[in-house]
Amino acid sequence: MTQLILEQALNGLQFGLMLFLLAAGLTLVFGIMDCINLAHGSLYMVGAYFVAAAAQASESFWIGLAVGVMGAAVLGLLLEVSLFRRLYRRDHLSQVLATFALILIANEAVRTIWGPAAIMLNPPDALAGPVAFPLFGEEFFYPAYRLVIIAVGLAVAALLYLLVAKSRVGMWVRAGAANREMTEALGVNVRGLFTAVFVFGAALCALAGGLLGPLLAVQVGMGESVLILAFVVIIIGGIGSIRGALVGSLVVGTVDTLGRALLPTLLRATLPADAAATLGPALASILIYLLMAGILFFKPQGLFPARA
Amino acid sequence: MAFYRPARWLRPLALGLFIALTALPFVLEAFDQSFYIGFATRLLIFALAASSLNLVLGFGGMVSLGHAAFFGIGAYVAAICQQAGINEALLAFPAAMAVAGLFALAVGAVSLRTRGVYFIMITLAFAQMVYYLFISARAWGGDDGLPLAGRMTLAGFSLAGDTALFFASLAALTATMLLFGRLAQARFGRTLQAIRENETRMEALGYPVFRYRLAAFALGGAVAGLAGALLANLTGLASPNLLQWMQSGTLLVMVIIGGVGSLWGGVVGAAVLLGLEEALAGLTAHWHIVLGLSLLGVVLFAPRGVAALFGRRDG
Repeated sequence: MTQLILEQALNGLQFGLMLFLLAAGLTLVFGIMDCINLAHGSLYMVGAYFVAAAAQASESFWIGLAVGVMGAAVLGLLLEVSLFRRLYRRDHLSQVLATFALILIANEAVRTIWGPAAIMLNPPDALAGPVAFPLFGEEFFYPAYRLVIIAVGLAVAALLYLLVAKSRVGMWVRAGAANREMTEALGVNVRGLFTAVFVFGAALCALAGGLLGPLLAVQVGMGESVLILAFVVIIIGGIGSIRGALVGSLVVGTVDTLGRALLPTLLRATLPADAAATLGPALASILIYLLMAGILFFKPQGLFPARA
Repeated sequence: MAFYRPARWLRPLALGLFIALTALPFVLEAFDQSFYIGFATRLLIFALAASSLNLVLGFGGMVSLGHAAFFGIGAYVAAICQQAGINEALLAFPAAMAVAGLFALAVGAVSLRTRGVYFIMITLAFAQMVYYLFISARAWGGDDGLPLAGRMTLAGFSLAGDTALFFASLAALTATMLLFGRLAQARFGRTLQAIRENETRMEALGYPVFRYRLAAFALGGAVAGLAGALLANLTGLASPNLLQWMQSGTLLVMVIIGGVGSLWGGVVGAAVLLGLEEALAGLTAHWHIVLGLSLLGVVLFAPRGVAALFGRRDG
């Protein structure tokens, strides 16, 4: 039982950190530019495809990851300059419509180029096996690749924290999230800042997509479900707040993973078998939405509101 | 935006459209194109669903990204009614409306405490909960959805023929548009639109803002439930896909294309989107790309929607 809980907790941490990579870009685009980007999930999908294609071509996962992330950054730059720049000042409905259109285009483009079937992305050979730890005198096995994801996620989270909390650019970003007009009036090149943030967000999407690629299937439509989770995260954390995105990601990742692993077992212990069989998976999948509705009910601005 | 006021030529146009639509099945049958009766029915049903969202979004100013929940619940209630032995649409459809409306009342009561983006997201969250509930419920088909054994009867007459279902859908849409048209210009609709324009002022004037919004939200949910029940009859399946957030997005897109806050926005949007889909799917396998580019074109070049041409606005 301890093993199961520890394993699921680590899985939750890993999932949460990957969600953070997605949510960080989303919350900044949302918070600073006041732009709803439904196509953020499509960037994640396209990024994963870029990584998979580059990894197949170069036969090295890490080269593929680097090339894919750069490719997604370039795509992000093109999108920002050609489309998103026109959307920032428009109302939310226009943004929803435009980015919804982008989802349709991205899904169909990916289906046309790579076909409708999921494509394989293998982890590096060196990381394929599990690692053993001593735990209470027993051996505890955990996949090496997942440990690497956790390490990369933690490193990126730390980097992002330093960048946003300590650097001058980060100060502008936070100022932009708190009050855009005032920041512009103080002479910050907000337009350039927007572009940089958007491109950075796209790169983070591809990083998450590429890292998760070997664990989940790289397929059309993979962005839609994860997009909703990223939105849940930034709503829980408070729109525009990196700290909120981190806390929200870890909460959502852990609650979702542990809920799915443990709730059915717990319910079986307390309820009749057939009721538990129906209720368990249902309750586990809606747990994070219940959490979000509850948090919004008591803290309508999220846990760490960026705007005072 | 300002208050909705129909253009003078709109009434004869709507009447003409209605007459043309009543003749449509017979014309299609005469030309041996009865396949299109099904498509026309689908269009009417989505026009109904989009119009119900337009009441919430266009007139109430509430950007709901969870409208598919009420749509899907309507479909499931119809299927569950049939499973329970109730095959009469006069019982099943009101039941679908009641369940969807009551659920919308509950969702609205919680969601309307939030504003702006948070409202969008909390309605989305509720819709996701419904989606996962139905996916996990094995008694109702889980992932596969709940199939109907056959179409229902309406007041004893079978809806099995495509023409019969077409007229049932046309009747539902006509009644709804007449009701919404009256509402939009009645005290209720005026108050609702005034709240959309300036909530604080309406609050200060002593209007129960929350209750007006909630009423519109619940009414929109109930009508979406009716659309769902009709769609379940058309396709013979209450599918969890109806509850997916992309479906909410599609309805939202229909309303935006058609024109937010024009009475006919939902109808025009559904016709444009489904018509484009049908036309493009015949031309190219990659019609999604063309559709996406067209939507981008609408955003960039026709920001107020197609139906902004219908219906003058003051100010």
